[in-house]
Amino acid sequence: MSANTRILYTVLLAFLAVVPFQDFVYIVFVMKLLCFALFASAFNLLLGYTGLLSFGHAAFFGGAAYVTAHASKAWGLSPELAILLGMFYACVTGYLFGSLAIRRQGIYFAMITLALSQLIFFLALQMKFTGGEDGIQGVPRGYLFRFIDLSSDTAMYYFVLVLFLVGFLLIQRTIHSPFGQVLKSIRENEPRAISLGYDVKQFKLLAFVISATLAGMAGSMKSLVFQLATLTDVHWHMSGEVVLMTILGGIGTLLGPIVGAGLVIGLQNYLAGIGSFSTIVLGAIFVVCVLAFRRGIVGEWLAYFERYQESKDRRGGYEQNK
Amino acid sequence: MLEAFGITPQALIAQLLVGLINGSFYAILSLGLAIIFGLLNVINFTHGAQYMLGAFFAWIGLTQVGNWLGMPDFSINYWVALVAAPLLVGAIGIVMERLMLKRLYHLDHLYGLLLTFGLALVIEGMFRHWYGISGESYSVPEALQGGFRLESFGLFLPKYRMWVIVASLAVCIATWYMIERTKLGNYLRAGTENPKLLQALGINVPLMITLTYGFGVALAAFAGVLAAPVFQVNPVMGSNLIIVVFAVVVIGGMGSIAGSIVTGLALGLLEGLTKVFYPEASSMVIFVVMAIVLLVRPAGLFGKEK
Repeated sequence: MSANTRILYTVLLAFLAVVPFQDFVYIVFVMKLLCFALFASAFNLLLGYTGLLSFGHAAFFGGAAYVTAHASKAWGLSPELAILLGMFYACVTGYLFGSLAIRRQGIYFAMITLALSQLIFFLALQMKFTGGEDGIQGVPRGYLFRFIDLSSDTAMYYFVLVLFLVGFLLIQRTIHSPFGQVLKSIRENEPRAISLGYDVKQFKLLAFVISATLAGMAGSMKSLVFQLATLTDVHWHMSGEVVLMTILGGIGTLLGPIVGAGLVIGLQNYLAGIGSFSTIVLGAIFVVCVLAFRRGIVGEWLAYFERYQESKDRRGGYEQNK
Repeated sequence: MLEAFGITPQALIAQLLVGLINGSFYAILSLGLAIIFGLLNVINFTHGAQYMLGAFFAWIGLTQVGNWLGMPDFSINYWVALVAAPLLVGAIGIVMERLMLKRLYHLDHLYGLLLTFGLALVIEGMFRHWYGISGESYSVPEALQGGFRLESFGLFLPKYRMWVIVASLAVCIATWYMIERTKLGNYLRAGTENPKLLQALGINVPLMITLTYGFGVALAAFAGVLAAPVFQVNPVMGSNLIIVVFAVVVIGGMGSIAGSIVTGLALGLLEGLTKVFYPEASSMVIFVVMAIVLLVRPAGLFGKEK
């Protein structure tokens, strides 16, 4: 990590830490943003660093939201346990879906994950405990470790912030670990990774499970923040949204998904009053991203920065030679 | 034997008929997807939206266009719409291909999927904005109203539903014949195998790609017009269907034209059967079959192992 990046992260963290003490930004909005930022970052681990496009991540996000909401409301589990249970669900489902989907590659992988997630959607629609069209409403946030009351937004905010940081650091650690290097090599050239002796399928599966579990964590957090788990969370639109966040921000960059999540969530908030306009705008952004800037905002910025550095180095070298 | 499950033969046959109708839609749509994928290497996520467009254009032609033109008596009837709507949607498709899709062929196939997904959102969103999601009904054309009563079975077969099955089967078979047995089909299959070589032989491959996309899209719109009197015409009718069709395509594998037709019909029937015996699972059965097929034969029933 360069000095610049470290400063950037410190500043960001400082901003996040003081959110409850100001009036400019609505605190629940920042919590929502953190949940989706974690969701997109988890998704990016798969798309950006392994090169697998899952179109079914809503199954983990929304499914875990349901599990956590039910555990908290019907069983009275404390929030940390409810979230763990949601992650456990996402982990198991991720393992099942992942082991099916990695049997095919590329475009088929996307279609399979989409179809499998639709299975979860229909389950959520028809099972008793999910409440059908209404979803699970009025989920209690409960007492963290049985003594910290999360019903105040400030307490909930710091809980969400800590969870987000844990998830984010885990992803960051995974990417920079030897395991992450192998994932990147699969993304760049799968046949070569196989010829080097890596069991590519196992690596893909593990990446899928980690990504699913963290997506589940994001979903669980979301259901506690909004005290709500609904069909929107498991709908394939949600899977599409997380793809958009990641692409818009920048595939394969650490900060990209966070920026993308911020923009998409902000935009949705802004357009919420005008009916189906947000769908049209999101679709249009999708088209523009794919056609015009596939590296995403952070990706383009990094590329620009790199070019700038290079030209500076070249100029510097020239002057020294003189 | 059936009575033991509390099911009458009438109910069974009625559900099988519904299944066959759904199956014919799956067949046309997966056929279009397979043709487009073969030549363009793009999974056309817009397919569902284009199916919806077909249905909506037919509905607009029948009920709206007269008022727009200030001639309340003027309307475009079903039979004209059956030809005009696919042509119109096909033309829109050709414009989309020329303006956008074309730019992505040199990239990973996934970008094609993402672009068409975005376009599907835009189209669906626009129609939701204009017409809401409540749905419009499209009346069955006069010539196909009513039905046949089979007294001996105590069955009533609506004419329109029979027509849907016949028409879609005819279109599927004609498409199959065109691709597998004609000169044009030869070029198409050659383009699927090796576009560069075909281009070297003097065939205008980019033009062929564009027309193929237009044709595949027109098939979707044709299915949409057929579907308009059966289902409600609403903006989300396509997006719910397209995911099922994706599963159908994964089950069948996109290697063979006949394969996608057969798979589509068979899965429609299976869905109908499930509706009789275990209605709760009917919306999920195709996805479950997909999971099983992936376990047993990952390349799909008719797919080639690559």
